Amino acid sequence: MLKDQDRIFQNLYNDKGSDVSSSQERGDWVNTKEITDKGRDWIINEIKESQLRGRGGAGFPTGLKWSFAPKEVGSRPHYLVINGDESEPGTCKDRDILRFEPHKLIEGCLIASYAVQAHVCYIYIRGEYFVDGQKLQAAIDEAYEKKLLGKNAAGTGWDLDIYIHYGAGAYICGEETALLESIEGKKGQPRLKPPFPALIGLYGCPTIINNVETIAVVPTILRRGGKWFASLGREKNTGTKIFCISGNVNNPCNVEEEMNIPLKELIEVHAGGVIGGWDNLQAVIPGGSSMPLIPKEKCETLTMDFDSLMAEKSGLGTAGIVVINKDQDIIKCMARIARFYKHESCGQCTPCREGSGWMWRMLERMAKGDATKDEVEMLGDVTNQIAGHTICAFGEGSSWPVQGLLRHFKKEIEKRNNLDPIVQKKNNIPYLVDQHLLDKKNA
Amino acid sequence: MSLRRPAKDQPESFEFNASSLEAAKVIVTKYPEGKQQSAVMALLYIAQKQNNNWIPLAAMKYIAKFLDMPYIKVYEVATFYTMYNLAPVGKYFVQVCTTTPCMIRGANKLVEACKEKISENECELSNDKSCSWMEVECLGACVNAPMMQINDDYYEDLDKQKTLDILDKILNGETPKPGSYRGRVNNEPENNRKTLMDLKNA
Repeated sequence: MLKDQDRIFQNLYNDKGSDVSSSQERGDWVNTKEITDKGRDWIINEIKESQLRGRGGAGFPTGLKWSFAPKEVGSRPHYLVINGDESEPGTCKDRDILRFEPHKLIEGCLIASYAVQAHVCYIYIRGEYFVDGQKLQAAIDEAYEKKLLGKNAAGTGWDLDIYIHYGAGAYICGEETALLESIEGKKGQPRLKPPFPALIGLYGCPTIINNVETIAVVPTILRRGGKWFASLGREKNTGTKIFCISGNVNNPCNVEEEMNIPLKELIEVHAGGVIGGWDNLQAVIPGGSSMPLIPKEKCETLTMDFDSLMAEKSGLGTAGIVVINKDQDIIKCMARIARFYKHESCGQCTPCREGSGWMWRMLERMAKGDATKDEVEMLGDVTNQIAGHTICAFGEGSSWPVQGLLRHFKKEIEKRNNLDPIVQKKNNIPYLVDQHLLDKKNA
Repeated sequence: MSLRRPAKDQPESFEFNASSLEAAKVIVTKYPEGKQQSAVMALLYIAQKQNNNWIPLAAMKYIAKFLDMPYIKVYEVATFYTMYNLAPVGKYFVQVCTTTPCMIRGANKLVEACKEKISENECELSNDKSCSWMEVECLGACVNAPMMQINDDYYEDLDKQKTLDILDKILNGETPKPGSYRGRVNNEPENNRKTLMDLKNA
């Protein structure tokens, strides 16, 4: 288990207060000037050396992202945008940072803004977290009062203003370009990339977008050194991460742990074990609902980091672990996730808008046993028609969980859905689009 | 996509009252000059709060004028985002999370409780018109499942009986205490904490 002194979020459970003075006791806002005095290049290099990867789901190296910002500020100002639109089912880590460790985030914003030369930072918080956003706003107000923000913030000589922008219940706004559209006061529909936001982002200006957790760990990394952070976890999957363990466990919780920790340890030690015992485990969704599930056999030895989960054809995503035990109907669980995606599709790309509803309706029928034999293949086909054919990664996010279900629980679906196909294929003629007409004639 | 329709009965006109107007003016200053359109989301919230938890079409027209943008752009935003209520929802708006992490911990019991206490169907006002309920997608408090949101507050770690008690309170016009209903502290593992013990015991 990770040593307590190596945990970045000491106030994860709000044992101490979240105001400036108690944050300073934990080491926030101490000598912020010393960090910025070392210069932009040092900061970016140190973050690169720490091998910090974005905590929002995609796992893009943070130092590299920052280095994409133009070196000189041209006619257009730079912006820093913090993504706190945490909506991935199974994930609730950013909420705890917003309400209990706001000063880690605010100080991180100052350092990151300095590194990418932004004077304005927008923190985008999902609308449902209104109360938590108010707590962050109180922390920002206190920071302004203590001269940690505003002109010459914290004595660093850098001017920074932070504003909160509330979302309004759209999952898709967690996608970075949709988030920018939303801040601009439009529907949250993702933009095509390129151009990437680092060059053309908010209001057409260079914009760096990071997750709340990514920015909140930056000050600690710079204080303790990139080497310290890189010494935790393993190569390219370094540092600590807040894991959210929910679902059928005895003690669902958030816990900060080292990357590459065994999944079994997280569930058994921190979350108090699976309800009904380890043998009652059916499957685990390892990284928020858009990551394919992993069946019990593989959970025995699985370690939690970006690359080892990728090797299992899943992903770490946001590290929201949903434990599903054998008392649950796995097809129903996935049908509910499909309904989530059907509800949250922004409607811009046809494969996703239509396909997400299609997958949901098929899975609902499959859960009831009302589907025909051939529909299992068809469902897989639908997922392949969505993934990779959309502007943003929502297409993958919505079809991966279904593909995961098909990969590991196909037998379960086939056992339950044994109806004969409605249209009987008599002749199978390749390249003929109107196969169904032909079948009718021969029927 | 979700299907969203404005209410049939619409008020004739809408205008910000003094406090809303002041709040709206402050919000516009958060964005660069000429980019006042960015404030549309926040202004819709203000209108919703002022107008008893829902946004009439007149408010959208008013906000369009206020921000000097086309009405259709405001309409687009108001109908795209699900947290803007386009029809009356009552003084207490109950949202029950039923996405998978909550579902497998018994969110359907919460839905049953809402059906018993408030109304048979979702998005339907209770008899006294004071509240309504609906199923929503993940509210981001998965380790506190099952949970629901009433107006701005989260009610966590619920079961059917606790939900019935909470609903009784709001039907009496009281505001129940938000937070965990199993007495746990924030998101720590209940009675099983293994980390940061020095801080806990300090």
